[in-house]
Amino acid sequence: MAPTRREFLKIAGFSAVGLALPSLSSLTLAQAGIPAAGSLSPAAPGRLQALKAKRWAMTVEPRKCRPGCTDCITACHLEHNVPDFGNPKDDVHWISLERVEHIFPAEAHPRLPESITKLPVPVLCNHCENPPCVRVCPTQATFKRPDGIVMMDYHRCIGCRFCMAACPYGSRSMNYRDPRPFIRKINPAFPTRTRGVVEKCNFCEERLARGILPACVIACKDKALAFGDPEDPRSDVRLILDKGLSLRRRPELGTEPQVYYIL
Amino acid sequence: MKLYNRGMIIAGIVVFLIAATFPFWYGRGKAVPPPDLKLDTPAIQRLKKKLCVETAPYMRASHMKLLAAWRDGAVREGIRSYTAADGRVFQVSLTGTCLECHSNKKQFCDRCHDYAGAKPACWSCHIIPEEVR
Amino acid sequence: MLEKALKGSRGYGIWVAFLLLSVAIGFFFYLRQLDYGLGITGMSRDVSWGLYIAQFTFLVGIAASAVMLVLPYYLHDFKAFGKITILGEFLAVSAVMMCITFVFVDLGQPGRAVNLLLYPSPRSVLFWDVIVLNGYLLLNIVTGWTVLESDKKGVPPPAWVKPLIYLSIPWAVSIHTVTAFIYSGLPGRGFWLTAIMAPRFLASAFASGPALLILFCLILRRFARFDAGEKAIQTLAKIVAYALATSIFFVLVELFTVFYSQIPGHIHHLTYLFAGLEGHNTIARWMAVSALTALISLILLIIPRTRKNESLLALACAGVFLSLWIEKGLGLVVTGFVPSPMEMITDYTPTGPEIAITIGVWALGLLLITMFYKIFVSVRNG
Repeated sequence: MAPTRREFLKIAGFSAVGLALPSLSSLTLAQAGIPAAGSLSPAAPGRLQALKAKRWAMTVEPRKCRPGCTDCITACHLEHNVPDFGNPKDDVHWISLERVEHIFPAEAHPRLPESITKLPVPVLCNHCENPPCVRVCPTQATFKRPDGIVMMDYHRCIGCRFCMAACPYGSRSMNYRDPRPFIRKINPAFPTRTRGVVEKCNFCEERLARGILPACVIACKDKALAFGDPEDPRSDVRLILDKGLSLRRRPELGTEPQVYYIL
Repeated sequence: MKLYNRGMIIAGIVVFLIAATFPFWYGRGKAVPPPDLKLDTPAIQRLKKKLCVETAPYMRASHMKLLAAWRDGAVREGIRSYTAADGRVFQVSLTGTCLECHSNKKQFCDRCHDYAGAKPACWSCHIIPEEVR
Repeated sequence: MLEKALKGSRGYGIWVAFLLLSVAIGFFFYLRQLDYGLGITGMSRDVSWGLYIAQFTFLVGIAASAVMLVLPYYLHDFKAFGKITILGEFLAVSAVMMCITFVFVDLGQPGRAVNLLLYPSPRSVLFWDVIVLNGYLLLNIVTGWTVLESDKKGVPPPAWVKPLIYLSIPWAVSIHTVTAFIYSGLPGRGFWLTAIMAPRFLASAFASGPALLILFCLILRRFARFDAGEKAIQTLAKIVAYALATSIFFVLVELFTVFYSQIPGHIHHLTYLFAGLEGHNTIARWMAVSALTALISLILLIIPRTRKNESLLALACAGVFLSLWIEKGLGLVVTGFVPSPMEMITDYTPTGPEIAITIGVWALGLLLITMFYKIFVSVRNG
């Protein structure tokens, strides 16, 4: 008996699925590991050895900053091809200067001296030990490295901006437009990003791999920024932290930020 | 079984067959020359042994697989060294390694990609040195 | 049965043509968005979710509301709903399709959407949302279509449909709970960090969804010679009334906790939402409309005389839908971002292209509902 329309559609549907299945499996094979030719290894080629740490952290002493200085921002944004869109709506930045009352809303109060309230304080991604942004990312495009750096995989990011909602610090920026035309001077040694992905500070992990400290730390002429491993008793950050009280942003949220402020 | 709307159906099948076989009959008799890849960049000319990261047949077939492994290795594992099959060590970097020698993207990379209809999205982020200098 | 959607009256044809035109315009602007980037919308560094995600959030509620028809009929044998459970299921299908489309349209890199499947991330609420939404879509397509087919053939539905329908009841609750968890698990957003977010979502869903269903039933009665029955419509209206009352109560309870405890981090958001902050009061004006409409609609739905009056019932249901759309579709998302983590106020105003795309997606959903209901009515009317 001739097939009914329904039976024909069923057979056609199953055939289509059957034809599509092999190509789906080859999709996943393409992700699997390294081709048989060579091997990858962590050590950077060449003379310079990577900087290593159990945990990376940064200390910020904004009272050392000279007035009007933005060297850390300029250095970071130049090094990493961060665009300048020229309007606050599309703004992308990895590091910026903010007031104490905006960064430490719980600690700020009306009787703080002007030397504190007018102080511009650098803020950046805190590379939290317990990052909410990593928890919410549906593709693991943002993830935490064993040495504590919270990384962005710009190849995998789908631009859903869940991480931006999750970050309690406003550290992340979305590329709402193509950034290329808005990069003042392209640094050929570092890629740009493309429209539709979220970006943020990466603790200069590409420089750490070559044995150099982060761009902002080196650029600061007043040595207001220090970078190192707080688990190493001889590191800069540990020596600074051992001196007295240091603050972290919104500690009550349990994110365990790793950027410490000494005011 | 009676074939209703026979005229429309047969006409539709004929149109479909013409459209589906278009690539086969449209270029019939015309020979498109294979891509002419230029390997005479200054960096390549300075090399004593004209070898890529891996052998040319391997690269032709699998350079995207290699780059994907490099990508995940560098970004997600922090792995920046690649030891080729013959023991040479390279820095894992598209712009820094591959494009250092193949600095003529338009006469090299693009020639095969255009011929094969491949549109890699890499260039929206990874910098082509000749375009920036 | 699909062919039944292709034939209809002149009015039907004009309505479908209008919807198709809206979808086409929305698609045109989406192509422009793909080219320019999401910067074509009003979203910014501070307000990183806007109209698209807000519509998604509201529509998940509408989708979940099918359970308000299914539960009384299948679990408690409430026969009056027997004729119209399919309407709820088809509404759920259209609403979930709109949800998925809104999320897709909001992605910065939509071509990489498959990464959601290639790299499962069980710790991410969005991952679970993708699973439960698609599961619910499949459930309702299968159950709705099968029951309608059986109807058309004049036989009882096959036995395997029952367990699927039972499954759709907790599943409906889960889709909106998971969507609420997207918001209520974020430590940095005080406005959303409340345990009552999921219950609030469910209450407003069970008010706005059935309200829309009542409107659809009235339209079908007027234009398609299909009568859902006075008992069904009145029961639905009572459900809307109870759910709306609960939803209003939840809002009042939130206001109490925030304003009695006087914690600045929480007060600022609710002040922005209902009264405006430092002169930024556009949202507050919308919320005033929402609050007033909700109260008037609630009164109309509670008083039996006004509830039984068809015109007033339609008005009340439209009011409920509008009020809750403002609350969830405009107020909820933006207020989470204002003030920002740095205590700044950044206003969000949707742009023209953004609104056009939004209307296009709504038109797509309405097109699906129109087609489904046309098929339903054709089957029911012989």
